[in-house]
Amino acid sequence: MAKEEMGEQAASDLSRRDFLRGGATGALTTGLIASVGSPAEASSHGKVLGPGAVSAKLRINGKVRAVEVEPRTTLLDALRNRLDVTGAKRVCDRGTCGACTVLLNGKPVYACSVLAIEAQGQDIVTVEGLGSPGELHPLQAAFIANDAQQCGFCTPGFVVACKAFLDGNPDPTLGEIQKGLGGNLCRCGTYAGIGPAVLEAAKALKGGARNA
Amino acid sequence: MPEYNWPEPSKRRHIGKRTSRLDGPDKTTGHATYSYDVNRPGMLFAKILTCPHAHAKITKLDVSAAKSMAGVKSVRITQDVGTEIQWELDEIVAVAATSEEVADDAIRAIQIEYELLPHFVTEEHKDKAPSSEVAKEESTGDPDAAAAAAEVKIKGFYGIPAISHCCMEPHGQVCEWEGQDQLTAWCSTQAVSGLPGQFADKLEIPTSNVRVITPYMGGGFGSKFSADRWGIDCAEMAKEAQAPVKLFLERNAELAVAGDRPSAYAKIEVGAKKDGTLTYWSSESWGSGGIAGSRGSPPLPYVVEVPNRRQKHISVVTNSATARAWRAPNHPQACFLTMSALEDLAAALKMEPLDFFLKNVGLMGERSDIYESELQKCADLIGWKQRWHPRGEGKGPIKQGLGLALHTWGGRAHNSNCEVTVYPDGNVEAKLGSQDLGTGTKTVIAMVLAETFGLGLDDVKVHIGDSRYPASGGSGGSTTVGGVSSSTRRAALNALAQVFEKVAPGLDAAADQLEIENGAIQVKGTPDRSLSWRKAAARIGPTPITASGKNPGPGKLNDSGVGGVQMADVSVDVETGVVKINQLVAVQDCGLIIDLKTAESQVYGALIMGASYALMEEKILDPVSGRMLNADMEFYKLPGIGDVGKLEVHMMTGERHDKRGVIGLGEPPVISTGAAISNAVANAIGVRVPYLPLTPDRVLDALAKGGAA
Repeated sequence: MAKEEMGEQAASDLSRRDFLRGGATGALTTGLIASVGSPAEASSHGKVLGPGAVSAKLRINGKVRAVEVEPRTTLLDALRNRLDVTGAKRVCDRGTCGACTVLLNGKPVYACSVLAIEAQGQDIVTVEGLGSPGELHPLQAAFIANDAQQCGFCTPGFVVACKAFLDGNPDPTLGEIQKGLGGNLCRCGTYAGIGPAVLEAAKALKGGARNA
Repeated sequence: MPEYNWPEPSKRRHIGKRTSRLDGPDKTTGHATYSYDVNRPGMLFAKILTCPHAHAKITKLDVSAAKSMAGVKSVRITQDVGTEIQWELDEIVAVAATSEEVADDAIRAIQIEYELLPHFVTEEHKDKAPSSEVAKEESTGDPDAAAAAAEVKIKGFYGIPAISHCCMEPHGQVCEWEGQDQLTAWCSTQAVSGLPGQFADKLEIPTSNVRVITPYMGGGFGSKFSADRWGIDCAEMAKEAQAPVKLFLERNAELAVAGDRPSAYAKIEVGAKKDGTLTYWSSESWGSGGIAGSRGSPPLPYVVEVPNRRQKHISVVTNSATARAWRAPNHPQACFLTMSALEDLAAALKMEPLDFFLKNVGLMGERSDIYESELQKCADLIGWKQRWHPRGEGKGPIKQGLGLALHTWGGRAHNSNCEVTVYPDGNVEAKLGSQDLGTGTKTVIAMVLAETFGLGLDDVKVHIGDSRYPASGGSGGSTTVGGVSSSTRRAALNALAQVFEKVAPGLDAAADQLEIENGAIQVKGTPDRSLSWRKAAARIGPTPITASGKNPGPGKLNDSGVGGVQMADVSVDVETGVVKINQLVAVQDCGLIIDLKTAESQVYGALIMGASYALMEEKILDPVSGRMLNADMEFYKLPGIGDVGKLEVHMMTGERHDKRGVIGLGEPPVISTGAAISNAVANAIGVRVPYLPLTPDRVLDALAKGGAA
């Protein structure tokens, strides 16, 4: 990101925005910054999107999909309502429960708290992109073996969060798992199975199983 | 006619084993399609305008701007001008539009005005309630004489608030019409077979014209038995718009309106002889389940039948949505109130609670000896005898404590019908209008089917979640596993008897002389006169064999009445008031267990849900505005993976439990957890925290009134 190319106001705006978003959404594109900045800034750096539907392209599980969405539409709603990719679930719809967790450029995000247009140009991986019933990811197999699911509505978000967690910490302790997965909630009470499932998957992945 | 029983333990291939749930691959990969995930061609999205006031009359309502918006296809007024609204977030207008965003805009364009009316939402102060009534009053023995004669007596006040079900998949459905009178509804429901009648009644069409489908279900816990007003609205809008409509509740309504376990408060007096023998109980309890009152009353005193007792329960009306059955209705409340008072009495007697409960085990009914062995087993697992100390004895700011509680539940098998088909290629399938809430229902049916035909789980198919299958009861009250396992077993045995008839001549034996053994049909006790299953199936001819079975029915396949004991080990920081769970142990009986793995998961899950309502959950209603202040998941707290401590589950198995047949398990293990944790906290800090949840402010408040400093 070339901050020096932007005005002082825009640069300070960028740092505040980055701070607020934290690591949640990863880097933002220059075009997007211009489009969501202050009106004065927007008029000099790019056009304001919306309020009606705009064309967007989203790279989901390796495939680019075109979609018409309003700028206010979340990535989660675009996936579920417009593209029929329903693995990520809508539960709290405000960044608390983790049921909508997907990977953006490898980092876990709550898809309910990311705008669809923000996710353009990034690799979006949902639970469907990790494995299929016929070809389970080791984490999915471990969730089944350890019965780390009941109703299963939180499970896709948990599986994706676990994938990101193990990518960053391939050899975790149970204590680290309990801290690292605190951003996902389950109502049926499947935590007793999730800890052992993650440990088992970590072991399987170190043994050469695929984690892609 | 076949003999309807369960196979001998030594002959079981599946029953009682640990089997992974069969829908695991679909659920872990996102391939399981829940009702909320159903997207139909041309589908519209619906939103609801809700009332922001706890009690108000609608004085003005104008939907014209919403109706004329581009993309809006149906606007349905649920409650019009002049209606008195009795709780916050009640539905006023529903809108269906081409996108959620347009539906949101349309909701905002509706003009509405209210006349505010007085509300009441704080039932703990029942004397201020505008409306209440005695729900139950009864007396046994001679409580007055027992009160006078009691050698040790305590008086206490205890309270457990209303909590919400907080299903991960919210309440809702997708409705689609074919023509003017054929409705298909994909519903998040606990009652697939029961829902068509509810839709048909309100929509004035024949029940047979309504099909309800629930392929997967994202949690119900007792809150999803009704088609609900929003379900009818959804169907009506789909009809008007001539397009499928998806309507699922927003999280605030899900928490405030679609989920509620009634509160319970009680003044309790209980007395005993010096040796700990319970002689006297008196309680005045009250609570509210919203606008319809308390919805029953907690069974007090709980589990322990104190010989001289009186109890009175008052139902209080509040301005909140009507309570829904919450996992073991009224039992967690009764358990918390009773076990807290009894533990306080044990402390006054200077008795170890374990000894106190063992002393009174004779008051625990017909299965008191099971309670005795469960108490001993649980104590062994948590190391009670080595680690228990009298109340409040502990040095330093972190105080550790142990607590226990006992519970009971019925779990009688519900009515269920099953149809089993055997195909000439040997494939076997079962159909039931049942549903799997995540308890493992589908897996259990498959295990019974495979067991009966001597097959592997891959050789059988189970179809549930569709009201076109033979009717089966709603999944409530821990009634499903007994019902579906029994109807499936009977249907499978009936189908097998027909297969025996077809193959008997070829084996030169009478049909009643045949049996299934090691994947083959053989003449009883004669393995060299046998036919493999596939060869046998080939002899049934081109037409598949179909047989049905139902529950109730012949043979003893199920029973009711279970017990359980739970113990908790906690640490309490007396400087911050924070309670940390170190360990929870559950010992539970439930008759014959079909799938040990998913049965244990039910109990693990119940411990976590119990820890949740013990430490975190509470619907907080603002006395000034009447609104629920925490109708979101930031402030309606659920525990995370690191908040529940070490969990241990022991299922009681063996001949005595086995021969009872199948008994339900969903409710019982969630009952004791809150009480056990509360008792452990009292043991740790030396004083009772009278309320759940055990939040830091309440712990500090109790400490300020006396206890370990």
